[in-house]
Amino acid sequence: MLTTAIVVPLLGALLVMLLPRGRERLLRMLATAVAAVPLVISARAWFLFDGAAGFDQVETVAWIPTLGAAYTVGLDGISLPLVAMTSLLFVAAIAYPVDLRGQPKAYFALFLFLESVSLGVFLALDLLLFYVFWDLSLVGMYFLIGIWGHGEPARRAALKFFLYTLAGSLALLLAVLALYLSSEPRTFDMAQLIARRPLDDGSLAASLAFAGFALGFAIKAPLVPFHTWLPPAHVDAPAPVSTILAGVLLKMGTYGFIRILLAMMPNTFQRFALPLAILAVVSIVYGALVALAQPNIKRRIAYTSVNHMGYTVLGIAAAGAVVSGHENARTLALVGATVEMVAHGLITGALFLIAGSIWQRAQTYEVGEFGGLARRAPALTGLTALAAFASLGLPGLAGFVAEFQIFIGTFALYPWLAAVGLLGIIITAALFLHLLQRVFFGELPERWSGWGDLSAVELVSLTALLLFVVAIGVAPAPLLAVIEAGVRPFIGR
Amino acid sequence: MSNMGALPIADVLPELILLGGAVSTLVFALFTPQRVQAWAAALALGSVGATVMATVPLLQGSQRLTFAATYAVDGAALWAKLIILGVTAVTIALSVDWFARDPRHGEYYTLLLLSALGAMLLAGAADLMQITLGVLLSSATGSVLIAYHRRSRRASEAAIKYYLLGALANGAMVYGVVLMFGLAATTTLSGLLAGLDAAHSLPLVAATGLMVVGLAFKMGAVPAHAWVPDAADGAPAPVAAFITTASKVAALIVLARLVMVLPESSVGWRPLIAVIAAATMTLGNVTALWQDDVRRLLGWSAVSQTGYGLMAIVAVGRSDLAIPSLLYFLVAYACANLAAFGVVVELRGEASRQRYTGLAAGHPLLALALVASFLSFVGIPPLAGFAAKLALFGATIDAGYSWLAVVAAINTVVSLFYYARMLGPAYFGPAESEQRQEPLPTFGSWAAVSIAATATALVVFGIWAQPLFAVFRAVRLLPD
Repeated sequence: MLTTAIVVPLLGALLVMLLPRGRERLLRMLATAVAAVPLVISARAWFLFDGAAGFDQVETVAWIPTLGAAYTVGLDGISLPLVAMTSLLFVAAIAYPVDLRGQPKAYFALFLFLESVSLGVFLALDLLLFYVFWDLSLVGMYFLIGIWGHGEPARRAALKFFLYTLAGSLALLLAVLALYLSSEPRTFDMAQLIARRPLDDGSLAASLAFAGFALGFAIKAPLVPFHTWLPPAHVDAPAPVSTILAGVLLKMGTYGFIRILLAMMPNTFQRFALPLAILAVVSIVYGALVALAQPNIKRRIAYTSVNHMGYTVLGIAAAGAVVSGHENARTLALVGATVEMVAHGLITGALFLIAGSIWQRAQTYEVGEFGGLARRAPALTGLTALAAFASLGLPGLAGFVAEFQIFIGTFALYPWLAAVGLLGIIITAALFLHLLQRVFFGELPERWSGWGDLSAVELVSLTALLLFVVAIGVAPAPLLAVIEAGVRPFIGR
Repeated sequence: MSNMGALPIADVLPELILLGGAVSTLVFALFTPQRVQAWAAALALGSVGATVMATVPLLQGSQRLTFAATYAVDGAALWAKLIILGVTAVTIALSVDWFARDPRHGEYYTLLLLSALGAMLLAGAADLMQITLGVLLSSATGSVLIAYHRRSRRASEAAIKYYLLGALANGAMVYGVVLMFGLAATTTLSGLLAGLDAAHSLPLVAATGLMVVGLAFKMGAVPAHAWVPDAADGAPAPVAAFITTASKVAALIVLARLVMVLPESSVGWRPLIAVIAAATMTLGNVTALWQDDVRRLLGWSAVSQTGYGLMAIVAVGRSDLAIPSLLYFLVAYACANLAAFGVVVELRGEASRQRYTGLAAGHPLLALALVASFLSFVGIPPLAGFAAKLALFGATIDAGYSWLAVVAAINTVVSLFYYARMLGPAYFGPAESEQRQEPLPTFGSWAAVSIAATATALVVFGIWAQPLFAVFRAVRLLPD
């Protein structure tokens, strides 16, 4: 069944390409319907999830047995919430109306292709398959930014994105091969690599492989100082693409830290946990400070992603800081990091869609050009405020659940780093409040007197995302139960 | 084997058939009027087909040396021959429209077949004299093919460069052969394997270096790579496709054969090949970065790809992935290179990068083929180039040459820059400031079919990698 979630969007992409030049509205409806299939499947997977140790709902087909590679998919308590979040975000992003420059077919086909490979990354239980999906997500994203981005800068941004993240993937590929070559018999199978941990002996090879993986994931996440590809890619990409980039693609990096480094190389991880935590805190504070200084709405949201992914990595680093002991704190940190991935996906996804709505109406992102929009667009204002509050970590919303657990967990292991990291939350609060105040309150400039509020589709898409943000904030238990089941094998060994 | 009554003709049946095909094509071209000359292509294609039919059954037989251990009938040689024959068939298809107005149409195919024969002889060579013969036959025909448009100044320049550099490199190689013969008193590789004494290290190092230079010329590796971009640019585009592919296949296979007989302790050939590999890929990629001439860009890209292929040679004898990765790389490279040059041929040899802007709007399928080819060069899954790079990197790390794998990874990122510099504009269209262009004129269906075939092969061999890997795993490289 999980395979269906990967295959259906792929077939949908082919179908869209083969259709005659159709109307944009119809194509959008078709693509949204196709994108909804994985959402249904992940809901089903959620109900079937048994919470036992090991991977659940595994499907496997021989692929290159000569090399020990197979098509294996399945999930655990960490990947399941990410898969669900990914499929929800794709439905909202595909349904969201933006200017398609007269090329709707290619747009929807690429988008569905991207959905297929993104789900593949989170579902893959074979390192080679994981890498294949990982790399393909770059290709899809490159064309989406390049073709539908905002003008000439978008091409440079697309190229920069492709080059940076390909550098990361190749570091990843070399590390994957190092892990593969050290296994005996050689295999790419994740479950076996987790059970046997062939390259976790404190050798130089283990450290180098760790460095390769960490570089690949740190570029993707991104951690400062590997983040420089992110702001231009976000600013110049069309809004739904930014949503997926921030909501889904960045998660691949942090997911890799957990799925591969924490699971397959815990001893090596422990030796590098402190530097990783320091990088995370630098990302938290630097991301927040730079975001505060941005006059461009989208750039500001983009830098808050650097900040939020910093929280996630801080939680992961704390969870891997020791191999045994501090069980409760490490569980909290890792659960918090996973919740943060889901929360950031939903919240920042919504914020980027909102940025897209603003661009559609104004063709600018400059904070200084707006003001008083609350009077013209109450729905837009309300939903933006909700998303902004969720992003700055207001209790009762998803971001709080995540950050609270991360910091509680980290305090036990790295008290000073946690204390410094908290600064990030304060700065984020300041920058979002400033944004809300400047854009939605005060004088309404003359040129926006005809500003229209959200359309029905925009309203439904945003509400769907923010509904989950509120639900996770108010009643996190069902989500936490699944994630705790996934986290348990990492802590108690 | 030495006192055998009858020659084992069956072992070289493919080569004989191809030779027969070349001669018949020549006779046909000499005695038929100009208007039916194009049928020479069909005759050549038929000969290639017959040669393939004669080669395939040999795969079932035992992998062995034949003709007094001077010629190998092993998996590596047979697969290399099949790749070369495939390359030749595609080249013939690419040539039909390109040469349609050339009055000397017929003889061209004779030369092409003879050049392919030279590459095949080289791929199977298990004797130093035999290696020399293969190199010379493919070089001699190669320079004529490059200069086939004799009124083109650029073609003559490329041919002269190819000829002079070839003369130098081949001369070096013959010196190497002589030295090696002097050391071991035999020219067969199996004899060298037994007879080369680690004690003669200095002359052996010299002999190895000289032979490597000769083969570097054939594959387009540093230090004898300089002809590649000129040939890619100046030669008729189908010839460029052929000459940057077929001889590379043969030279890499024979180099793998040669290094196997060298005593590792005294010659240090592994570091030598590793350094040549690193230099070749880096030089090729860095020079290609700002190329605005598409054909030169493909030429430099071909140089850099040789560097990747040499990684497999570094691992020969140390990693069981070495031979499978080399063969997989050759398949992937041949398909991608032919697809890319095929697009150039189909666009009537258009070489200006700027003219490819907006290609996807006018010729969506050609643009798609270009994407498949370039991303396969980069090694993006699920294209064949990915499986090849995976195996190459794996073999290199396995052989203890992780630094070379890192160099190759960095090079891959660099190479994406110039490939994307072509793909980006092709898809993203002209900038607002530029004029929209008319779609470029194209040739007919022959080239289009070959492009479709090679681009499809890239996807098929990328996803469905198991069958080839399983076969290549069982391949032997004699005299192992």
